Amino acid sequence: MGRITLDQVTKSFGEVNVIPPLDLTIEDGEFVVFVGPSGCGKSTLLRLIAGLEDVSSGQIRIDGEDATDKRPADRGLAMVFQSYALYPHMSVRKNIAFPMKMAGVPEDEQKRRIDGAAAALNLTDYLDRRPGQLSGGQRQRVAIGRAIVREPQAFLFDEPLSNLDAALRVGMRLEISELHKRLATTMIYVTHDQVEAMTMADKIVVLRAGYIEQVGTPLELYRTPRNRFVAGFIGSPRMNFIEGETAAAKGAFAVGVRPEHIAASTESGTWQGKVGVAEHLGSDTFLHVHDTGLADVLTVRVDGELPVRHGDRIFLTPEEDKIHRFDAEGHRL
Amino acid sequence: MARAVTNRRKAVTTLAAWLIGIAIFFPILWIIVLSFKTEGEAIKAPLEVLGSPWTLESYATVQERSNYLLHFTNSVIISVGSTVLGLIIAIPAAWAMAFVPGRRTKDVLMWMLSTKMLPPVGVLVPIYLIFRDFGLLDTRFGLTVVLTLINLPIIIWMLYTYFREIPGEILEAARMDGASLRNEILYVLTPMAVPGIASTLLLNIILAWNEAFWTLNLTAAKAAPLTAFIASYSSPEGLFYAKLSAASTMAIAPILVMGWFSQKQLVRGLTFGAVK
Repeated sequence: MGRITLDQVTKSFGEVNVIPPLDLTIEDGEFVVFVGPSGCGKSTLLRLIAGLEDVSSGQIRIDGEDATDKRPADRGLAMVFQSYALYPHMSVRKNIAFPMKMAGVPEDEQKRRIDGAAAALNLTDYLDRRPGQLSGGQRQRVAIGRAIVREPQAFLFDEPLSNLDAALRVGMRLEISELHKRLATTMIYVTHDQVEAMTMADKIVVLRAGYIEQVGTPLELYRTPRNRFVAGFIGSPRMNFIEGETAAAKGAFAVGVRPEHIAASTESGTWQGKVGVAEHLGSDTFLHVHDTGLADVLTVRVDGELPVRHGDRIFLTPEEDKIHRFDAEGHRL
Repeated sequence: MARAVTNRRKAVTTLAAWLIGIAIFFPILWIIVLSFKTEGEAIKAPLEVLGSPWTLESYATVQERSNYLLHFTNSVIISVGSTVLGLIIAIPAAWAMAFVPGRRTKDVLMWMLSTKMLPPVGVLVPIYLIFRDFGLLDTRFGLTVVLTLINLPIIIWMLYTYFREIPGEILEAARMDGASLRNEILYVLTPMAVPGIASTLLLNIILAWNEAFWTLNLTAAKAAPLTAFIASYSSPEGLFYAKLSAASTMAIAPILVMGWFSQKQLVRGLTFGAVK
């Protein structure tokens, strides 16, 4: 069981208040992603749960038990770090065995679990190598293996994929998701990459300056963002925001339309503008449209076959039922 | 494209390196040469010196006149003792400063280093008086303590720089993996820091071995290390180059041999952190 509850948790570094009073419940077996721009407190929050930082006030409960003052080792959590944090002087086998050695697991049981983890993570041929002899992806798998063998109540991941190249990142993302399906253990995953958040999470926690802006499933956040920050942060490319008359006509201070909810045509439409940069991805094309009189630039996602080039005149039509309305404070109307 | 290194350029650089190396080593070489000459030959012009016969006369005299073994033992006890004592104090200190720095850690480090900027003679009188009152004059224990204190800033600085290169996340990982503080130091930090600790140890043994100011001022006979043994041959009655050279050679030989065998370790320690 790995139900984690944060109750009015705060954290200050000297005068600087990084986490204001915060409440959050993570259910057993959930894959929760903390996402937000850098400096939003997401890593600090994870380290508070891990016990690597002490909370300034409030309580952290793991499975209903107060863990606020417990040492990291006694919380039954395993962590995977961004830098992998493998022990460079130990072989892969010893790295994976280390937490079990500390816990006094019998040798034959250690061996059984190491073999199991190595088979699951494709590390069997590398068990006698040192971390320095492995590639980035392999190192990250060793770090995950070291976490698995502890059979923890929850896994904590601190931006585990940001040191990997793009192709490897997609592969590892899938592996971690599969691992979650197989183990059904609580996982808390920190990232600044909203694509990782959307693709992996059962539940996303969007943070800004230590405050929780919104908690919900990926699609809830995508469909009904609670404010302009969440609306702008979730979804790629970013949502377009339009202020002024167009928004006022809809009874709002600002309206937001996602690039994929705007239809483009070379003949007719509600708005018109000039194509700036056209990013051709093959399946889709992202058009950056200028001179619309609505905003500096509008991003539009169109079919990859639409024949448009830099400087072309283009007509845009938003899908009326997918327009988000916000007040002057940025709250959803 | 990498810069092409021509053979001529290589030859010039090699020659220059050899010349600088020989220039630095020459005084030591000359001391060794003089130690194998008679007093009469030793004060002659350099070329005549080289042509004169070789003899072990000076070594025999030095052996007769002084108790080399006593001074050697004192040097070993004082240099190794002060370094080990220093490490016992410095490892936890450097550990704390590198991994749990406070707001004043930088100031403390600078303050420690600043004590090395003070000319030692400035504190000679108070330390001499303390030694006299506590009966520490001419004792190995007293010298060991003084040399520990003198070299402690350097030991802490070296270890601090070394520890700082060890990513804190690895220690945090050990903590998450269930390691107690003792196990964290024993199984994770120490194996990773062994090269740094070793080079600090070697360098400080050399520094303590060669330290002359305090050893000369605070000892007379019983606790006098090899530095005092050398000094006893630069007497006011006249210059005895050959005997002085023989004494010097005997004093530096052990540390020279140690330095030779550990040079790889030393260079690694001294240049550590310069290139990541």
